[in-house]
Amino acid sequence: MKIFSLFSGFVLTLALFDAAQAASSPTANQQQIARGQYLARVGDCVACHTARNGQPFAGGLPIQTPLGKIYSTNITPDKETGIGNWSYDDFARLMRHGETKAGYAVYPAMPYPSYSRTSDADMHALYTYFQLGVQPVSQDSYGNTIPWPLSLRWPLKIWRAMFAPTPAPYADAGDEEASVALGAYLVEGLGHCGSCHTPRGVALQEQALTGEGSSIYLSGGGAIDGWIAPSLRNEHGGGLADWSVADIAEFLRSGRNQRSASFGAMNDVIVESTQFMTDRDRTSIAAFLKSLPPRQTDAKPYAYDNNISQALYAGRVSGAGAQVYLDRCAACHKSNGKGNGKAFPALAGNAVLQTGDPTSAIHIVLSGAAMPATRAAPSALTMAPYADVLNDQQIADVVSFIQTSWGNSGGKATVDQVAKLRKTAVPVSARGRTPGTSG
Amino acid sequence: MADIKMKPVDAVIVGFGWTGAIMAKELTEAGLHVVALERGAYRDTYPDGAYPKTLDELTYLQRWKLFQDMSKTSVTFRHAGSDSALPYRQIGAFKPGEGVGGAGLHWAGQHWRVHPEELKLKSHYQEKYGRKFIPNGMTLQDFGVTYEELEPHFDFVEKMMGTSGQAYWVKGQVVAGGVGNPFEADRSDNYSLPRQKTPYPAHLFEVAARECGLHPFQEPSANVSQPYTNQYGCQMGPCNFCGFCSGFACYNYSKASPNVNILPALKQVENFELRSNCNVLRIDLDSTKKKATGVTYVDAKGNTVEQPAALVIASTFAYNNARLFLLSGIGKPYDPTTGKGAVGKNLAYQTMSSVRMFYGPGKNLNGFIGAAGNGVALDDFNADNFDHAPLGFVGGGPVWCNPTGIKPISGIPVPTGTPKWGKNWKTAVKDNYTNTTSFEVHGSNMVYADNYLDLDPTYTDSFGQPLLRFTFDLKDNDIRMSRYITEQMQKVAKAMNPKSIQTSVMQIGDHFDLRPYQTTHWAGGVAMGLDRSTSVLNRYLQSWDVHNVFAVGSGVFPVGIGYNPTGLATALAYWSAKAIREQYLKDPRPLIDA
Repeated sequence: MKIFSLFSGFVLTLALFDAAQAASSPTANQQQIARGQYLARVGDCVACHTARNGQPFAGGLPIQTPLGKIYSTNITPDKETGIGNWSYDDFARLMRHGETKAGYAVYPAMPYPSYSRTSDADMHALYTYFQLGVQPVSQDSYGNTIPWPLSLRWPLKIWRAMFAPTPAPYADAGDEEASVALGAYLVEGLGHCGSCHTPRGVALQEQALTGEGSSIYLSGGGAIDGWIAPSLRNEHGGGLADWSVADIAEFLRSGRNQRSASFGAMNDVIVESTQFMTDRDRTSIAAFLKSLPPRQTDAKPYAYDNNISQALYAGRVSGAGAQVYLDRCAACHKSNGKGNGKAFPALAGNAVLQTGDPTSAIHIVLSGAAMPATRAAPSALTMAPYADVLNDQQIADVVSFIQTSWGNSGGKATVDQVAKLRKTAVPVSARGRTPGTSG
Repeated sequence: MADIKMKPVDAVIVGFGWTGAIMAKELTEAGLHVVALERGAYRDTYPDGAYPKTLDELTYLQRWKLFQDMSKTSVTFRHAGSDSALPYRQIGAFKPGEGVGGAGLHWAGQHWRVHPEELKLKSHYQEKYGRKFIPNGMTLQDFGVTYEELEPHFDFVEKMMGTSGQAYWVKGQVVAGGVGNPFEADRSDNYSLPRQKTPYPAHLFEVAARECGLHPFQEPSANVSQPYTNQYGCQMGPCNFCGFCSGFACYNYSKASPNVNILPALKQVENFELRSNCNVLRIDLDSTKKKATGVTYVDAKGNTVEQPAALVIASTFAYNNARLFLLSGIGKPYDPTTGKGAVGKNLAYQTMSSVRMFYGPGKNLNGFIGAAGNGVALDDFNADNFDHAPLGFVGGGPVWCNPTGIKPISGIPVPTGTPKWGKNWKTAVKDNYTNTTSFEVHGSNMVYADNYLDLDPTYTDSFGQPLLRFTFDLKDNDIRMSRYITEQMQKVAKAMNPKSIQTSVMQIGDHFDLRPYQTTHWAGGVAMGLDRSTSVLNRYLQSWDVHNVFAVGSGVFPVGIGYNPTGLATALAYWSAKAIREQYLKDPRPLIDA
């Protein structure tokens, strides 16, 4: 995959500057492009706007929505099929209001309600990058498969009127230091973390777009492709209460830390976006997340319980789930559930296993899981799938076991849940850049 | 003529095993645009070594999943120049690897350095035992590089592989109460991880060996003892003693391999490209025959492809560098009648023996628990750690008890005298399966004027190129060495107090037998050295004849050594890479005038 080959060699700089000045000199333009390129990574534009094995930003990636399949559009500066003819105002209107140059409203899969928070300076930088820093590709956008009448565009305008707030651009204070405010800007804005991690309402709208005045923001989203996006709030019961700012920043940088490892849909975010952020930005994001007070105020802090560990060590196997665990899992994750360093993640106390919904745990057992290969941690350590090894009952047993052992407070799994997920679970493929590997 | 001509690159690497991966890492770090060509398939821990499918003796050991496809190419063998050579059609005595990771993916994980005197075997024996001690026809040579020069690279490799062990010395000081190997040469640092746990059979061996006045120690193991992250950011997980190491891809990220310890880092850089299923036919030379212009290979689709490159690294499996040099016209082929020429000379193997102890029911040695790179070893009979003067042979070998897991199809050992089938055989299997263990004598094999490699006049591979021909047999010197050590070790076997002992050792006059597995440790063919008339490469592993060609791997050893070759081959690769980075790239020319 060559997605990032365009970017190599650029020195990313975080210096913010006056957008008006930018156009005035080639150097300023280069700075604009570099800043825009960086922001495009923060926004993870490439993730949706590049088809598998496709040209960067040329669109064509199918995105499953509850309404049907939609395809991302070509955002390269090609004048015919891309956005080469768009003015800055056209670009900004799309990013802030979800309205295209042609005047129709886009599907809210495009997180413009979040992008609207982007400052004018950053918006200019993004525009400059997409016009001057991206290779134009001539590729028509695909038609969508959303059936009539859901395919009508005009209701999207009503949706927009109801759920997309008036943009409130952030004024960058220009701090060199990491700050909660900068974190909020990145998380609520280009980072669009809420797209997955905030619960959605009946009209698929995110129930909150900012951390201010609402404890529902980032309190955990529903299942997306069989993965549960957990709470990112500073709370027990599946949130980030036990993670320090450094833990979060390390996770975003390398895809793993001493407490856990990334899996599922988050792998793409780390590989394409967060690993390229500056330490300041990652630390700011972490500080902001840690500043979000708990929504589940009654969730108890995790405390390690030694009973299971002692029983297993002594050969006392209490049930079917414990037996499967000993036979199939303990060699890596250990009978004490503490795993092995950053190689084999701990299950005891793992935030993923403190949630009521065991979807993610079932999915990992069925499909396996791979850590994202990053520059900081290039090993895509992979747990192989168990779909062909364990039946639905065994998986329900072992997932229930790990969700409730060593002090974990997660929900138990049922055979029906496993059977349902089995229908769509595919074996894991390791996620990471593989420049030039062929054959 | 090539069907396709690729854009020139800075360096092309032929073969992506341990030494090819090391060169790729080093040269990309130096900023070169590097293309690596691997004859076999792309392979990674997942899915090729995925649990539980990798725990499959039939697929991996009996059907040779990770080994060379002998239907496409092989080598031919004969015992003497007067015989006709025949192809090696089924994997037997040795197991050449194929695919990304090469033999480094299916190795056991025994990670040794070298004894300093083995790097200067000829001069050491001559000085200590006199010129006449070395028998006629034994063509010993020195490597041309010293242990002190290689020490930083040995240390680096141990840190790259997460090697788990306990040093005896560090910087001349005995450490950890001297529980390490007292015969080990001095080191700049301890191993990168604490020594592995001792399996029960190895513990019995250790106790018995100590009772016999020998010096057992926990082997340095590349089956690691703890979670580990190496210099490249590549991660490993601790070994769980599943016993599926040699012949398998470790599913647990516990056994060091190019795939686990280097390739993940290479995947992160833009100036590296790995092309698998690409068989290199030859290194191309310009009209002067003193400079390589690149390589020609056949890709997966059957296209003949020319890959121009400013620098060529030959890092094929052991002896295949000799074949590549012969096919390319690099260096002077060895002529056994005149003794002149060096390509194909210095061919060495190992001389193996084993001693097995049977205990009968109730001992519960549980030999299925193990890791092939882990065990207890002793070096009392290795290298020149014992006085050879009264013994009259050259060489030696380490001895180790490394329970590697019992593989049912390969055979479940039963005591001598057990019927080959039927009720009594079944009873013996039942009685002994968990109640037997063995130790090995991993002896050296010297080099001889009439053991050599050349191109076969009859047999060709699927690309129409001649196979490599081995003219090779065992010699009295090595069999006497092996018999001596094996005899000395009988007292250890007895001290382990089994019901019966079964010893497998060569008899004087035995010929090399290609059928039973012995070891994959071939060396030589493109020897390094100080004298261009007796070596193919200079001390920096640079071709004497074509200065932009370097060769790495055990093929560069001018003599056989006692230990397994991986530790020395990988350290030499870093040594060569250092010379390329610090000297050759600044001024491409022969690094040694000759």
